[in-house]
Amino acid sequence: MQATGRRAGRATPPDPPSVPEAPPAGAGSPAPAGRPPRGSGWWPYLLIAPTVLGTAALLVVPLLRGVLISLQDFELRQLINGDAEFVGLDNYATLLGDARFWEVVRRTFLFMAINVVAIMVLSTLVALLVERLGRFGRTMVLSGLVLAWGMPVIAATTVFQWMFHSEYGVVNWTLTSLGFESFDRYPWFANGPAAFAIVVFLVVWQSIPFAAITLYAGLTTVPKELHEAARLDGASAWQAFRTITYPMLRPIFLLVLCLEVIWTFRAFVQIWVITQGGPGDATTILPVYAVQTALSAQRYDLGSAASMITVLLMSTVLVIYFRQLYRQEAEQ
Amino acid sequence: MTPSVPTVPPSAPASPARRRRRHPLRSTLAVVVFAFCVFPVYWMFSTAFKPSTDIQTDQPQLVPLSWTLDHFRTAIDSDGFWLFWRNSLLLTVGAVLLALVVALAASFAVARMRWRGRRAFLVLIFAAQMAPWESLIIPIYIMYRDADLLDRLPALTLIYFMITLPFTIVVLRNFLATVPEELEEAAQVDGCTRPAAFRRVVFPLLAPGLMATSLFGFITAWNEFAYANFLIIKDQDSRTLPVWLTSFQNTFGTDWGATMAASSLFALPALLIFLLLQRQVTSGFASGAVKA
Repeated sequence: MQATGRRAGRATPPDPPSVPEAPPAGAGSPAPAGRPPRGSGWWPYLLIAPTVLGTAALLVVPLLRGVLISLQDFELRQLINGDAEFVGLDNYATLLGDARFWEVVRRTFLFMAINVVAIMVLSTLVALLVERLGRFGRTMVLSGLVLAWGMPVIAATTVFQWMFHSEYGVVNWTLTSLGFESFDRYPWFANGPAAFAIVVFLVVWQSIPFAAITLYAGLTTVPKELHEAARLDGASAWQAFRTITYPMLRPIFLLVLCLEVIWTFRAFVQIWVITQGGPGDATTILPVYAVQTALSAQRYDLGSAASMITVLLMSTVLVIYFRQLYRQEAEQ
Repeated sequence: MTPSVPTVPPSAPASPARRRRRHPLRSTLAVVVFAFCVFPVYWMFSTAFKPSTDIQTDQPQLVPLSWTLDHFRTAIDSDGFWLFWRNSLLLTVGAVLLALVVALAASFAVARMRWRGRRAFLVLIFAAQMAPWESLIIPIYIMYRDADLLDRLPALTLIYFMITLPFTIVVLRNFLATVPEELEEAAQVDGCTRPAAFRRVVFPLLAPGLMATSLFGFITAWNEFAYANFLIIKDQDSRTLPVWLTSFQNTFGTDWGATMAASSLFALPALLIFLLLQRQVTSGFASGAVKA
């Protein structure tokens, strides 16, 4: 998967595999045997120095600082005076002993599970549909997906608030017109499960384009002959999907799955804007809980501990993701 | 047209003979998926153009009966709109340019040179690309506070630079890999120095890549909310468009027309860029980088 975008003259059907991210370490510019290695000396280190410095200052140091704060007694007083004391794992113990924290963890996993399942199932179906459409239909659906993808998170969030507005929202109007009288002026954002559902809906709506387009790009690499053969053998559509499409698609499927799991935490923005975790705690997932605890309740130590637990959870998935990425590149 | 989740059953098997023939079920599903994707975008624009009497009504019109530009005037005339617009633009352009320059250097080192630690460097970049930014808000807030960097746009630019940098390096490296090394060598044989060979031969070939990459970086920075929200607190004049937009209730109250107009003005650049880059987007070029 070199920069596919530069190949000229191809219409919408995307170039094949386009695995998320990029080739693994060491895949680029293989030095042909016989040519002396170029560019030794100081040059490469000079060229990467700004990147390394930036990463260290803005990524590694904050991460370490986060770990440090989570091991300190760090509240408003310490923020002002800067005399935080080391307290070991106390903050983690406090969190793990807190019923509310466990409730948040449980909700985070629920939120993740619903989102990821909905995204994967719907995206796969959309990808399969796009593959079977004619030129016009395919262009239409892909354009629609691209448009939804391009919609900025904040703009989409604002529109969803408007669509689900209790008095003049188009959703309540539609539901009422369809005969669901109970939705007349239904206050979506005041009701816990309803607010949760809207956030899920919003995240799924925003996530489908990436997943569907990536899976579709993967589908186009499945040789047509395999399907023809299966059809001649009398396989049903489901059988063909299970025995041909899915095995071929599996690597990309897993990559998208991992990304979607990791990206669940990005819903922080939508949740913060729409509900700030409320009503009650109904939409509080881990990153929201961390920021609430730290910046609203000034318990920077507990907030950091919650953040580090989040990072730990994410890294587990990330390891699976990188392994998959690496294995896939090794096969090619 | 209800924006509800469509249930798309797997398509029925197509017999080879009927390939490309009209297929009512598929066409219907295609329309449903299209409507599902487009409706919120459409609703934003159509609300922005409707007169207020058609917005605050129990009978919303799916297609505006009459059109008005009043809401756009309200949005543009509202306090500080141009200021926030300028802030967002400066911030975004600054971050993207910085990322581009730094990434160009790093990707050149990675794609064209052999050196010890190259592999480790790449691993670092891939890891940085998946950085848990949502979980770094607290330490970065505290570090910025200690360094007296809160409420400063240049300091926020640095964060945006770091958010876009890994992706920029990865993509530029791939683009560089498509430019044959021999071209460069030929230029050097003809008497060019290495930097000159890069500037005269590689750089022009790289231009489309630089363009596309910077546009994606632009979108990421333009849309960013969390850091703009938590690092710009007291100085209201340093806010960015997305943050301003989320406080629309303070600005416009219940004027949804103006809110949607403001939202449209904010979303338009991103939507245009995505449509412009449709081919790159659908080819998975941006995979993993931009999740709007």
